Amino acid sequence: MKSASVVIENLSKSYKKVEAIRDISFTVDKGEIFGCIGPDGAGKTSLIRILVTLLLPDKGTASVEGLDVVKDFKKIRRIIGYMPGRFSLYQDLSVEENLKFFASSFNTTIEENYYLIEDIYKQIEPFKKRLAGRLSGGMKQKLALSCALIHKPDVLFLDEPTTGVDAVSRKEFWAMLKRLKDWGITILVSTPYMDEAAMCDRVALMQDGNIMSIDSPEGIIQSHGRPLASIRTSDMFRLVEDLRSLPACHSAYRFGASIHFTPTSGSLEENLLKEALLEKGHENIEIETIRPGIEDCFMELMTGA
Amino acid sequence: MFMEDHIIRVEHLTKKFGSFTANDDLSFYVKKGEIFGFLGANGAGKTTAIRILCGLLMPTSGKIEVAGFDVSRQSNKVKRNIGYMSQKFSLYEDLTVKENFRFYGGIYGMKSKDIRKKTQHYLHKLGLEKEKNSVISSLPLGWKQKLAFSVAIMHEPSIIFLDEPTGGVDPITRRQFWEMIYEAAESGITVFVTTHYMDEAEYCQRVSIMVDGRIEALDTPDNLKEQFKADLMEDVFIKLARGT
Repeated sequence: MKSASVVIENLSKSYKKVEAIRDISFTVDKGEIFGCIGPDGAGKTSLIRILVTLLLPDKGTASVEGLDVVKDFKKIRRIIGYMPGRFSLYQDLSVEENLKFFASSFNTTIEENYYLIEDIYKQIEPFKKRLAGRLSGGMKQKLALSCALIHKPDVLFLDEPTTGVDAVSRKEFWAMLKRLKDWGITILVSTPYMDEAAMCDRVALMQDGNIMSIDSPEGIIQSHGRPLASIRTSDMFRLVEDLRSLPACHSAYRFGASIHFTPTSGSLEENLLKEALLEKGHENIEIETIRPGIEDCFMELMTGA
Repeated sequence: MFMEDHIIRVEHLTKKFGSFTANDDLSFYVKKGEIFGFLGANGAGKTTAIRILCGLLMPTSGKIEVAGFDVSRQSNKVKRNIGYMSQKFSLYEDLTVKENFRFYGGIYGMKSKDIRKKTQHYLHKLGLEKEKNSVISSLPLGWKQKLAFSVAIMHEPSIIFLDEPTGGVDPITRRQFWEMIYEAAESGITVFVTTHYMDEAEYCQRVSIMVDGRIEALDTPDNLKEQFKADLMEDVFIKLARGT
């Protein structure tokens, strides 16, 4: 049986006129990687800041490992690791000094929990005498993760750890998180990159302070509800507009080298679509029915709301 | 061979910071009206190269021409003929929409009448006329980015440099933004763009990929995928960046 690590019930938070979080509820199971996915302004950072006890909610309750985020904030701080969106280590301390500082703050030593960070820290250990402020983006990220882990937290909160990071470093970062999962650490991570949903056990798709959907990545894809075609022709620039002008068009958006098209009806008539495009003067028409991705689902949920 | 239609021409660009070589003998060109994707891993040297192309940083060696001007000797003329927008540096948050247009138009030496005309034109196009007296900080990120882009091209530059223009916005706004980029390119503005979204690399006519200060690949997305036997630009990127 699964037991809950993080429980959120009817949580709301506003800043003056802006409603950052609007009455959201969900549960993160022990040992799972849970992703909060959405653009800037979705409420991801506010949510995480409430859970790590740095921000008070206006309404609702939240608990981490059975501890209340308001009443038991001191206890929570001892059992969680937190990596904020902005690099928040001491720039004028060396790599090693930062790690030692965080270990001693939690009454532990680097040696005691070294096994947890070994994979990650090994990669920056050759630079351990370098000041943290002088590290490259990717190395800062690895150091921040090491510092968030050195006291062996039960739950790890990562706020947009991969924003602004290139595609290769992003892949490596997720591989590190997968290995942490093996140690039984619960991970709640936020990201604006839709493709990273696939790396999570479950995700919440967030927009404007609301949760549009919560499920496993597979479950979200299953619930997309419309057939989807990937379309290419010789004139991609004109194709989007031409597809949108069709009465049968529900949506048409560029996805890399092709355009993703959903029809208003429940079935996709490839032949009729091809005829309509031929009529509009398109050549080399390729139409292929495909499975939607998380980004397709996100956009469908956004326009459906 | 003299190429009239090359709006950016880079020959043997090298930039060193002390013993560190940030740009190592780069040579490439960008055609007029092209959408050119400038990709690379963090720390590969993209920002340095862009700063040199914009006339903000002197190259250590090499011959670089942008919009027909030499970046080493005529950097002020270069600056006047380009637009620049990044996720971090765009609009003044504590000025209104109208004031931002006024301010940037003034910086580029535009006449008051032209600034007014352009302001109206873009606000109408974006459907944001009602927001002209709103302070930028009160607007959603997606609107800010569209406004920032409009402000960056209001002086009709021949090239616009976009440094990760779509970071953090929702997937629909991100695509609307690219439709604006296409429109600008159709009107003859050359677009030089960096991004971490590999699907956006597919939207470019040609793409260069930098690894450790050098350009390791430069071609159309289709040709690059064929060359590296990959289905997606993301795979091309990962093969190249991991290869070192």
